[in-house]
Amino acid sequence: MSTGATRETDRDRSPVTGVDVCVVGAGPAGALVADRLAGEHEVVVLDAGPRFDPADRLRRQERAIRPAYDRPDVWDGGGDRDAYSASGEWFYPLNHARVKGIGGSTLHWQGMVMRLHEDDFRSGSTRGVGPDWPIGYDDLRPYYAAAETELGVAGANDNPFGPPRDQPHPMPAFEPSYSDSLFAEACDELGIAMHSVPNARASESYEGRSACVGYGTCQPVCPSGAKYDATVHVERAEEQGVTVIDRAQVQRLEHGSDRVEAAVYATPDGEHRQSADVFVLACGGVETARLLLLSASEQYPDGLANTSGRVGSYFFDHLFAGVGGVLDEPTRQNHVGFLTSESHQFYDEADADVGPFKLEFFNYAGPSPVELALTGDDWGDDLLGRVRSAYGNHVAIGALVEQLPRPDSYVGLDPEQTDEHGNPVPDVHWTVGDRALATIERANERQREILETLGAEITWTVGPEDTGPAYHHMGTTRMGTDPEHSVVDPACRTHDLENCWIASSSVFPTGGATNPTLTIAALALRTADAVDAALTGDSF
Amino acid sequence: MELTRRDAVAALAAIAGGGATVAVSERVGENGDPREPELPDDERVQGALVAVAEVVYPGELSGVETFVTAFVGSRLSTEPHASGLRAAVATLDDLAERWHGDRVAELPPETRERLLGEVGADTAESDPDGTDAERVRYYVVNELLLALYTSPTGGELVGIENPQGHPGGVESYQRGPR
Ligand SMILES: Cc1cc2nc3c(=O)[nH]c(=O)nc-3n(C[C@H](O)[C@H](O)[C@H](O)COP(=O)(O)OP(=O)(O)OC[C@H]3O[C@@H](n4cnc5c(N)ncnc54)[C@H](O)[C@@H]3O)c2cc1C
Ligand code: SF4
Repeated sequence: MSTGATRETDRDRSPVTGVDVCVVGAGPAGALVADRLAGEHEVVVLDAGPRFDPADRLRRQERAIRPAYDRPDVWDGGGDRDAYSASGEWFYPLNHARVKGIGGSTLHWQGMVMRLHEDDFRSGSTRGVGPDWPIGYDDLRPYYAAAETELGVAGANDNPFGPPRDQPHPMPAFEPSYSDSLFAEACDELGIAMHSVPNARASESYEGRSACVGYGTCQPVCPSGAKYDATVHVERAEEQGVTVIDRAQVQRLEHGSDRVEAAVYATPDGEHRQSADVFVLACGGVETARLLLLSASEQYPDGLANTSGRVGSYFFDHLFAGVGGVLDEPTRQNHVGFLTSESHQFYDEADADVGPFKLEFFNYAGPSPVELALTGDDWGDDLLGRVRSAYGNHVAIGALVEQLPRPDSYVGLDPEQTDEHGNPVPDVHWTVGDRALATIERANERQREILETLGAEITWTVGPEDTGPAYHHMGTTRMGTDPEHSVVDPACRTHDLENCWIASSSVFPTGGATNPTLTIAALALRTADAVDAALTGDSF
Repeated sequence: MELTRRDAVAALAAIAGGGATVAVSERVGENGDPREPELPDDERVQGALVAVAEVVYPGELSGVETFVTAFVGSRLSTEPHASGLRAAVATLDDLAERWHGDRVAELPPETRERLLGEVGADTAESDPDGTDAERVRYYVVNELLLALYTSPTGGELVGIENPQGHPGGVESYQRGPR
């Protein structure tokens, strides 16, 4: 169903001539690159998905609330376009973990944005596992600040465990919730420091975006536009002359031995070929690797930019750990759909056996009343009684846990299954590893400790056996200095092709335990500077 | 507790024209009429939903007729949701006439409740493209429950002033219980 998205053939989707930069993918990575290069260079952005009509967001919200729809339905995901396999030891629900369309997965995301810790860039050296990044926190530090301004982050400088900062967030943090105050008492007793969550969400009106009005459905749709999504930068780029083509799925990259020549893309009105001086791949952590693999040639039989054999390798995500329960008092959950407090206290205790993790104090523990109301077998007073007794006293603590890159966890092509254009679908072969499972156990211990101190009756645990991914796709085109072991160099340019850059969490050598998109944004801005330098002959 | 105009306006602001909607113009036929000729008109749909609301809403609510009429009136202005809603009411009325001799709005409350059970709308999954029971669940029963429990008054009935789907601001989540 294509609700309110642009119709199949109502736009000109033909290629543009005289293009300096072709960006593939209009999520935050591609949109930020395009916006940063706009004005100075002729830029085209191609995205596989549609341009969604902002006027339809309330209807998409209704889909998010009504049980008749699955999560992928909210943004018209799934179907032949999005077919995939998941052959790994752990099932990977790929279409719950991404959105295709102008704005990309930020249309659906939660919008928690924090910087990686300094040690995350040197996991091998300081924690004894995984590779070090070829760049450090200081290289990204100014770009982190710029990314916070671009995304519009509401935050406070109150995280005693976070990396150093030079300037405040562009907006004040959201105030803590009532349930945060309950957790704070227990955490105080246990000596656990809580602090604010940086949110890419307007706590006051910001550059034309409405302040948050509390719809409470942030994930998967914010009808007010208070939550950042990449349509912000797509629109800004278009205002500066960038051409953005939707429903333009790049099928393969035509290339010579050391340059990409054109992106061949399929649209509702047929196949086109976009040439450019430079290509920036920003299709997300799964499709970027897939596109390179689909572009195999005589020169690159294992996939484009894949002399190292590492394209698709080392797929990793963050894992969820959680414990929840009930109190014998009201906890005031589900008023808003975002978090206001977390704790990074245990993050940097990480070593070879237990990874970094952060604790997240939920503001939406337990069921939301409207969802309860729509799913029972009762109505009238019985329904009201059921909702009253099921809602109101839940508490929960989540955690984001690091997973290490592993050779047996990868994105490949499934030759047995093809998409609507006849291309092999991505195979997300996901394997988790013992360190991540041990970290989940450690996180669960802390979560239980806090809930027990709070006097909660614990009713559920998501532990090592039933953990799931946080929908952060990382690692599949690793950054490194050695072309034999990595796909891109420290400037995110592919080792093999001099005019091809990658803007994505696919370049992360490791992922730490922070949500990735602020780092994706910082790297995208840095990549744009590198591309600009290459086009203008400046040094980077 | 009383449902007010504010609740209807709030529910409309929150959920507007329907879950599976494309612009009206896409569905308008050559003669410009988006509706199937035999589908019930606005008044009949509103009457049927008010009658069902009296069954599926809690007894302590007042102001149901005004609330439902305003809400449904707006939902009938956006296609294809409106056609689905009309068709589901047509189905429900048809079954009501066959089994109980009159349209749902004309039946006594106990018979309306029985009818909904006989249709299977209590246990059916909600599905806009499903069986009769599933469509009645989606377009009639869940439509009404969605409107109520995303409104401030519906939320307050269960202890939440700012229910999901209602843009009730960023103060209530900070407040303790009253
Ligand atoms: C439910 C959910 C919650 C999340 N919460 C958070 C959070 O709180 N904090 C956080 O930091 N991150 C979060 N994320 C992750 C975040 O959404 C991603 O990290 C981010 O969107 C990645 O940006 P990207 O631009 O690299 O890729 P995407 O946003 O995925 O965009 C990629 C774009 O490329 C397009 N594309 C793909 N293949 C092709 C092709 N062949 N040709 C042309 N176009 C193509 C797609 O259509 C898509 O629009 C969440 C994700 C999900 C799903
Ligand atoms: S709570 Fe705020 S950010 Fe979330 S959906 Fe509502 S308005 Fe958007």
